[in-house]
This record gives sequence, structure tokens and C-alpha cells, in this order.
Amino acid sequence: MEITMEKIADKKTVVHQTNEVNQASKIEVKDVNVWYGDFQAIKGINMNIKPNTVTAFIGPSGCGKSTFLRLFNRMNDYIDTHRMEGKIKINGNNIYKKKVNVEELRKEIGMVFQKPNPFPKSIFENVAYGLKIQGIKDKKFIIERVEKALKQADLWEEVKDNLKKSALALSGGQQQRLCIARTLAVEPSIILMDEPTSALDPISTSKIENLIFELKKKYTIIIVTHNMQQASRISDYTAFFYIGELIEFGKTKKIFTNPEHKRTENYITGRVG
Amino acid sequence: MRKIKEYLIEKLLFSSVLITVGVTLGIIAVLGFEAFRFFNEVSIVEFFTDTQWTPLFTDKHYGILPLLSGTLLTSFIAIAVALPLGLSIGIYLSEYAPKKFRKTIKPLLELLAAVPTVVYGFFALIVVTPFLQGFIPNLSSFNSLSAGIVMGIMIIPFISSLSEDALHAVPYALREASYGMGATKLQTAFKVVVPAASSGIIVSIILAISRAIGETMIVAIAAGQQPRFTLDPTVPVETITAYIVQVSLGDVQHGSVEYRTIFAAGITLFVFTFLLNTYSYSIRKKYQQRYE
Ligand SMILES: Nc1ncnc2c1ncn2[C@@H]1O[C@H](COP(=O)(O)OP(=O)(O)OP(=O)(O)O)[C@@H](O)[C@H]1O
Ligand SMILES: [Mg+2]
Repeated sequence: MEITMEKIADKKTVVHQTNEVNQASKIEVKDVNVWYGDFQAIKGINMNIKPNTVTAFIGPSGCGKSTFLRLFNRMNDYIDTHRMEGKIKINGNNIYKKKVNVEELRKEIGMVFQKPNPFPKSIFENVAYGLKIQGIKDKKFIIERVEKALKQADLWEEVKDNLKKSALALSGGQQQRLCIARTLAVEPSIILMDEPTSALDPISTSKIENLIFELKKKYTIIIVTHNMQQASRISDYTAFFYIGELIEFGKTKKIFTNPEHKRTENYITGRVG
Repeated sequence: MRKIKEYLIEKLLFSSVLITVGVTLGIIAVLGFEAFRFFNEVSIVEFFTDTQWTPLFTDKHYGILPLLSGTLLTSFIAIAVALPLGLSIGIYLSEYAPKKFRKTIKPLLELLAAVPTVVYGFFALIVVTPFLQGFIPNLSSFNSLSAGIVMGIMIIPFISSLSEDALHAVPYALREASYGMGATKLQTAFKVVVPAASSGIIVSIILAISRAIGETMIVAIAAGQQPRFTLDPTVPVETITAYIVQVSLGDVQHGSVEYRTIFAAGITLFVFTFLLNTYSYSIRKKYQQRYE
């Protein structure tokens, strides 16, 4: 059984209203609370994220950025003590409804992690992984998608002659771009990034920042970062979290030049309190 | 004074290393020497091509093939039992089981390897064989099938425990990456975790094979003592180990050719397990490097 491009589009029922592949998605968060056991990590957060924007999540360590980010692809589901209340709607569909197929959801919402985590497989197999687990067998289609994703991730020129080489032989920065390519290959509509450059050198970091800039034309991007310059450089919107609460959310320019809250200002200017 | 003490302790520790290495080398030397003398009297070609092994009869044949086939047949059956079960257990424990369950079940499984093999042998002979005879009427009282199955049960923990360790050592980040792309738990287990742990799993299988090939009691009790060049699991066979037991316990004259057959058989066995262990050692070394 071969699955063609159209069938993939058909499968994108969870969050897609239209049949068009690669339509960026909007996100609405309503009254979300999260607990780990008795500890409340996220406290009554509301937020709307527009399609084709880059939103930066900032805030001191432990304030709940990762916890919040991982709600969008339900990555916290695997934590036994984790409990969530509230609604998260992607293109109008609540992804925490009972009947939602989590695997289908995650094909729509890609994630890039803090530490590059390529599979111990070849470069090609890494990028093709998402397609293969969807049951796609069409070799030509897979090869095209792999090439496209590697080009989008600005890695193609460096690896095109070595696609069979182990991904573990790449440098850290290349590995992270490979992980981005792996995510792009399944053509999600949202990309979540949890401190994607914190383990990388400045050159690799700026490569990935440029990449994010390009990608927002097609995707909605949320990025967690501890780097204020990075947040101000690449994001359209910024959300500042503090001990589980969303203190301030708005245009990045506004947050960085004229924040409403003292806490935000202190954090951005380095007076962490 | 203190210096002398340190010196003595160091030498004492070193001497235990020396003794162990010395004893091992001694065993290999005796094995090699006696086997060498055996091959002075019996041609090595006959040893590896003759399909009969009858050194204790008047019409003497010295073909190792029947013993080798007995050993490989019982080991093969054992692995055929232990591999799917052991690997399934390993995957289940590592990827699905709650932590608490894993912690209690693992030592329990390892008990399987702690049961004295003579118990397994009798279990095979007086429980498994009669039971199987209900389905396979022409199954002999001594056969490689029951012996192999029971041996397989015994070596399950070698595979389940070691492969579980290898699977568990795969970084969680890899599973996360896979889940994050929409893979199910099953897909993640088989497409990411198992391949990433493959070298450790292979090592566990080799150790299990090596254990099966060297196993003596179960096959001596339940598989019989009739050297037979066959792949039929329902008839009595004799393994290399069982033959060595038979001759060692018998009244064969020291220094005779019959006596030396056990060294020739022993060195054959040794070469097999030595190669397997060396192979697993080299895989393990490669694997360590990758995760460092
Ligand atoms: N699995 C878990 N079990 C229990 N508590 C957790 C778990 N994961 C996170 N927490 C707690 O929830 C809070 C928020 O953690 P989270 O990882 O979301 O913070 P963060 O803002 O991403 O921090 P950092 O900037 O250091 O990555 C912290 O107090 C943390 O200790
Ligand atoms: Mg975090």
C-alpha cells in the first residue's frame, strides 16, 4: 500500500481545517493548569498564538517554559504524575479531547529538543524516519522529501555526498540542523523548539536563527530560550513566565523596549528577581 | 615499615592474578598437549569428516560430527526458545513495564539461571518429555527436543536481562525524538530502541549460545548418550559435553586413545566457546566506545 501526498493531507484531520498541506496553524490556550503530583507547575494560563509567527518563551529556570511548550504536542503525557486542566485548541480543535489521536497530532506538531538527538542511523534514515513510520513506501517520494527537508534546514550542501554516513559523525550544530530537517520532513504546521541552540557554538546558533526566520513563512514556531538577544532577534511575540504564571505576553518589540511589568523588565535587563 | 606492607600487599594481589592466569594457561596446555597426541594417532581429516563416533566400541570411528551435531542441535533448539522469549521480556521490561514491576521481576527471572542444572535435567526427562510424547508419539525417552527446550528456559535470563540492560541504556532523548514525530510506542521500541541497543542484544545472544554449548548436565540427563549424526530432534543424541562426562566417569584406561578422545572433544568445544566469547568481547568494546 502506497500513501501519496493527497492521502497524507487527508490524514491531517486533527488540526487542519483545510486540505492544504503546510498551512500554518493558530493556537489558543484557555485556562490551563498543570500539576506534577501536588506541585502546580502552570497556573491559569491564557494565550493566543497567530499563524506564521515566531513566539519566544522566556523566564527564569524552572518557571515552566518546557512544561508549557510540551503541552502542545502532548509530550507530557508520558509523565505519570503529570495532570493537566484546561483547553488547548489548534485551529479550533481541542487537542486534549479524549478521541484525539496523539500520534496523528504529533505529525502535525514537530519538536526540536535542547540537545541534538539524532538516531544512531544514517543521515538519510534520520530524515526519512517520520515518513517511514507513517507507512510511506514510495522511495522516490521519500528521497525527494529528504532532500527538500535537508535543504530547508540548510544542511544539504554539507551532507549531500554522505547521506549514508552515520548521523552521530556530524558536529553538534549539524546534528541539530539534522533534527530540524527530520522534523520538517513530515511537514508539520507548528514547530516547537526547546532551547534548540543552548548546546551549540555561536556560528551554528546564528545558522539556526536564520533558519527559524525562513521557516516562519510556512510554519508557526514557538521557541524556548534563555538568550535574550536571541528572543529579540528572531521572535515576533514574546511570553514571559514566572513561577508557573504568564506575566506578560505581547509583541517582542514592546516587551523588550517598554514592558508593562517590573518583573519582566528586571528579567530582560538581567536583574533576575 | 609501611612501605614494606604496601609492597607485600601489591605482590600478593599480583600473585592472585598470576595464579589464575597460570592455571588457565595450564589447562589449555594440557588440553592442547593431549589433543596433539590424540591427533598423532587419529588423522584430523577423519576427525572432522567421519560421521561416526564409536571410540568405545570394537569398530572404532573417531568422527566428531555426531557429537558436534548433537551439541549444535540442542543449542539451536535452546536459542530458538530463549531468543524470542528473552527478547520479548527484555523489550517489555524496558519499554512497557512500570518501574516497580521491572525491579521485582528482574531478580526473579535471574533465578532461572540459578536453579541447579541437574534439576533442569530431571525436569526435562521426567516432565517435559512425557508431556511432549502426548503430542509426538514417536518421541524417544531421550531426545534433543526436551533437553533443548529446557536449556532454552534456563538461558532466558541471559538474554532478557542483558538485552534489557542494553535497551534501558538507550537515552530517553531518542525515544522522545521518535514519539515527537508521531511514532507509537511499538514503532519506537522496534525502529529506534532495539536497533540502538543491537550490539548489546547481540552480545547477550552470544553469551547465551556460549552457555548452551557448554551446558552439560541437562543434555547428559535428557538428550541421551548415543552419538548420532542427525538433525532429528526426536531421537537420542550425545553432545560433546555429555560424551566427556560419560568417559570421565567410565573406566577408560588413562593414556589410551579412548582416554584422549575427551581432550580432542574438549578442545573442539573450547575453540567454539572461545571464538564466541572473543567475538562478543570485541562487539562490547565497540559498543562501549560509541556510548562514551
Ligand atoms: N517530571 C517532573 N516531575 C515533577 N516536577 C517536574 C517535572 N518536570 C518539571 N517539573 C517541575 O516543574 C517546574 C517547571 O519545570 P520546567 O522544566 O517546565 O521549567 P523550565 O522553565 O523549562 O526550566 P529551564 O529553563 O531550566 O528548562 C519546575 O519546578 C520543575 O521542577
Ligand atoms: Mg526547560
